[in-house]
Amino acid sequence: MAPTITEHIELIVAGHGGGTDLPAGGGDGDRPGGSRRVPQRAYFTLVQLLLAAIVMFFMALTSSYIVRKGLGTDWQQTPLPPILWFNTVILLGSSLTIHLARRRERAAFRQWWGLTIVLGLTFLGGQLAAWKQLSAAGMFLHTNPSSSFFYLLTAAHGLHLAGGIFVLFYVLFRNWRRSQITQETAADLAAIYWHFMDGLWLFLFALLTLGR
Amino acid sequence: MVTDAVGVGHVHSASTGFIRKYIFSVDHKVIGIQYLLLALFSVFLGMALSLLMRIHLAWPAHKLPFLGGGLMTPEQYLALVTMHGSIMIFMVLTTAPQSGFGNYFLPLQIGAEDMAFPVLNMLSFWTTFLSLAVMVSAFFVPEGAPISGWTAYPPLSAVGEQAGPGQGAGQTLWVIGIAIFCAASLMGALNFITTTVDLRAKGMSLMRLPLTVWAWFVTAILGLLAFGVLLAACALLLLDRTAGTSFFIPGGLVFTDQVLIDHKGGSPLLWQHLFWFFGHPEVYIAILPGMGVASHLLSTFARKPVFGYKAMAYAICAIGFLGFCVWGHHMFVSGMSPYSAFAFSLLTMTIGVPSAIKTFNWLGTLWGGRIQFTAAMLFALGFVSLFVTGGLSGIFLAQPTLDLYFHDTYFVVAHFHLIMGVAAIFGIFGATYFWYPKMFGRMLNEGLGKVHFWLTFVGVYAIFMPMHYLGIAGHERRYADTTGVGYLAKLQPVHVFITYAAIITIGSQLIFLFNFLYSLKWGKKAADNPWHATTLEWSVPSPPPFDNFGGKHPQIYRGPYEFGVPGHSEDYIPQYLKPEKVSEAH
Amino acid sequence: MSRRSPEHGSTSTALALTVFLLFFTAITVYIFIKKLWWFPPAITDEGHEFDAQFFRTLVITGIVFVGAQVGLALAVFRYRERGKPASHFEGHTGMEVVWTLATLVLFVGLGIYAEKGWASVHFIGASPGALPIEVTAQQFAWNFRYAGPDGKFGRTKPELVSASTGNPVGIDPADPNGRDDIVSPGEIAVPAGREVDLLLKSLDVTHSFYVRELRLKQDAVPGMEIHLHFTANDPGTYELACAQLCGLGHHKMRATFKVLSEPDFEKWLQQQEAANQ
Repeated sequence: MAPTITEHIELIVAGHGGGTDLPAGGGDGDRPGGSRRVPQRAYFTLVQLLLAAIVMFFMALTSSYIVRKGLGTDWQQTPLPPILWFNTVILLGSSLTIHLARRRERAAFRQWWGLTIVLGLTFLGGQLAAWKQLSAAGMFLHTNPSSSFFYLLTAAHGLHLAGGIFVLFYVLFRNWRRSQITQETAADLAAIYWHFMDGLWLFLFALLTLGR
Repeated sequence: MVTDAVGVGHVHSASTGFIRKYIFSVDHKVIGIQYLLLALFSVFLGMALSLLMRIHLAWPAHKLPFLGGGLMTPEQYLALVTMHGSIMIFMVLTTAPQSGFGNYFLPLQIGAEDMAFPVLNMLSFWTTFLSLAVMVSAFFVPEGAPISGWTAYPPLSAVGEQAGPGQGAGQTLWVIGIAIFCAASLMGALNFITTTVDLRAKGMSLMRLPLTVWAWFVTAILGLLAFGVLLAACALLLLDRTAGTSFFIPGGLVFTDQVLIDHKGGSPLLWQHLFWFFGHPEVYIAILPGMGVASHLLSTFARKPVFGYKAMAYAICAIGFLGFCVWGHHMFVSGMSPYSAFAFSLLTMTIGVPSAIKTFNWLGTLWGGRIQFTAAMLFALGFVSLFVTGGLSGIFLAQPTLDLYFHDTYFVVAHFHLIMGVAAIFGIFGATYFWYPKMFGRMLNEGLGKVHFWLTFVGVYAIFMPMHYLGIAGHERRYADTTGVGYLAKLQPVHVFITYAAIITIGSQLIFLFNFLYSLKWGKKAADNPWHATTLEWSVPSPPPFDNFGGKHPQIYRGPYEFGVPGHSEDYIPQYLKPEKVSEAH
Repeated sequence: MSRRSPEHGSTSTALALTVFLLFFTAITVYIFIKKLWWFPPAITDEGHEFDAQFFRTLVITGIVFVGAQVGLALAVFRYRERGKPASHFEGHTGMEVVWTLATLVLFVGLGIYAEKGWASVHFIGASPGALPIEVTAQQFAWNFRYAGPDGKFGRTKPELVSASTGNPVGIDPADPNGRDDIVSPGEIAVPAGREVDLLLKSLDVTHSFYVRELRLKQDAVPGMEIHLHFTANDPGTYELACAQLCGLGHHKMRATFKVLSEPDFEKWLQQQEAANQ
């Protein structure tokens, strides 16, 4: 289980060794000379701050959406391709699989984690399919403001999700023994980001559906 | 050796190769100096651009040899205006005080070995470098640099070449450059906040943080929350320019009798809201570190504790928070709701209160002190004077009824140059004279520093005070020349005066540059703590070893400004001095 | 152990700084009192209220300015290093509370007081009998349209805009309301003592209507129609200059703003009508 922020001993004070988050099978003895210690909670701080910044970015786009919709008379409904519902279920499924992965070890962990990656990629593929369907229906980025926001919001979310998929690969394939944090911790951090991307999609999907 | 993208560095041994040590270093001290060098280059570039502007304004009929022997065209002038503002604000004022000095000294002052994420830190510098390269490249594309000001209001900035030269590739490169800068700043902010929250040494509670750290911390929070909004705005503008969208471009626009058919329904005001929602916190990002430095220097060189330390810390937080609530004061005449304008006006007046508190407390810090007029201290004192002058003109501009006259006149130009440009620069200079010994192991020449101070201090007032008077006379800003409007003719002598002052002041900066470069090799060698200061960076050699504290874990026993404590023979007690050592020596 | 550092030699530097600060403060005060560079006279009642509010603000900020700069100058001189130990105090809560509250009351009070002037310009619209004048800004000229005897403006269309054929604002000939509209390129006249309701429009980018003597400025934003009303009292010829960066000709984008007595205004209007034919 990932230690909560309040449970930590500050490693910089405790000095070498101690604490609850040394890498399994690693330890200071392996490293020559002094070693830097960044407490594990710093990584959680980082991810939370990152999410705050991403929220501000999407809030700016959301308020632009609301303002632009309220202006003028050229807002036309963008018919949302039904595949988006399928994609949403896929993404929700991936949140479930990543949650299951975190509760498992070794091979089972890798399987569920790998499944999450597959589901994430499927989601992105589904989003691209939605774009294809929309452009086949003659709705492009520049067609009208509603379609502009559709492409923009899905692209922005998709790019952030792609970054998340990269991180999922990284968690799976990097050699964690030579790191200050365990793979378990890295998986926890990645999962926070992943769940957030899921929630963000739900919000954007609701915005696009209700605000059509 | 550090290996991965999220900065999970383990062994912080001294790197060996030149590339690893000086180019792609992950050492916060090297990265801090890299940022300072980037800012140094940018400030001279920015000053050169403004010098060309000033020469043109003073002598518009004068043929300039480096412009192909001709007169300066309006597109050249407006390109100078745009790039001067953009480079100074982004590449000097947002980098040097925060990413430069903050990177170098935040970890040292809180007792950390390095920033929390050294690789991320390295990436943030090189991303900033890339953004500068992209922006500067706008000068070299066929149509030249953009002409829409650093504020880039659409439709002028959005419709492309129809709106004039520079609005083609140059403007697009500008938007991309700024977007890259947003990413770089976000990376930096992540590091600063995490480091301050999680990497403080034992005993370094929040209320024992030097005010410089408070300032860097709050500034980073502002950056974290504001740059994402600018990034969104840039994305929308880029799409309007290149993809035929209409976020900001209304319909039915007519350029030289041709109707623009591919856009409609967009709102120019939407850009202004997004831009200024970022833009106002940005100006606090530019000045807060300087305020932290000023407090730090005033206390150190008056040999007195900061007056009202807690209030100073809270004031920094209040300024940071309120800074997000006042953006509409840039938009009083924009066509925005007048009721919102009134609300923004009151909030803007309110933000004057923590600023005033800081000013009173600076004076209180000096009162009863024993002031040592080092070059660093002179710049800190100058900062206080400039902050008062620049801040007070804001009281006029914060009232919408007065802004009806002053908006887009030289009164505004005077205001933001004094409060943001010059005061922040004085904070940077003060920080440089103060910390140069620590960074480079040598002292800057104090005599040259004093000459630099006097020429600059008198010079900046000579340049910018008259601009208030131009504004009162109704002189509009961003005018490529002043012969088109009748009532500007008799203000021309003021322009000439300002330009002479600018030439002298900009020239004086060469003294600083010389001092900086010369002292690197031939300056007097610096001791660990030449100023007898109290904070952690002075407990280590000058310059510090690669891991800052030589593998030891520093510990803090008291607040950061214990100067002149009665009953002690030394007039300062460093934060890091063990209690038993204090009673021994005193 | 007291520290004396001869190179931070106090008195001359302190004196120089003090003298400069006092000198700078004095010059600034002098320039403001003597109004060496000043506003042109205001020609509306709201303009005079502006001047009054400016004066109030000037007095308050002036006192703070002088107090702070002189305080700094005094502190710098009085407390220069002279071998004496520094006093040791870390604050004074009472003083801090007092000056915080005083600043809050002063600044916010000033802001609330300024609301009156803002309200008369923007919270209240033009009264029903005001003379409507449409102001159309473009790169780089101002065109003004009067509604004519029917008091109605004819419809405009962007595709009909053609400066070369004398239709700079794009009046639609199919609309009968536009038949009696009078377009005045580059020159606007208003009758003295009568309220005027400007309707600001822009054909291309954002411009800004600015007449110093009115103490008014308003952006003309494409896609928006923004009202601005005033009553000019003093006849004369003034300059209107664009105050929002609009491109290469921004500095040349000016027009003539005339305030005429009623009879002169009628004559002027007839002249414009004749020029339109």
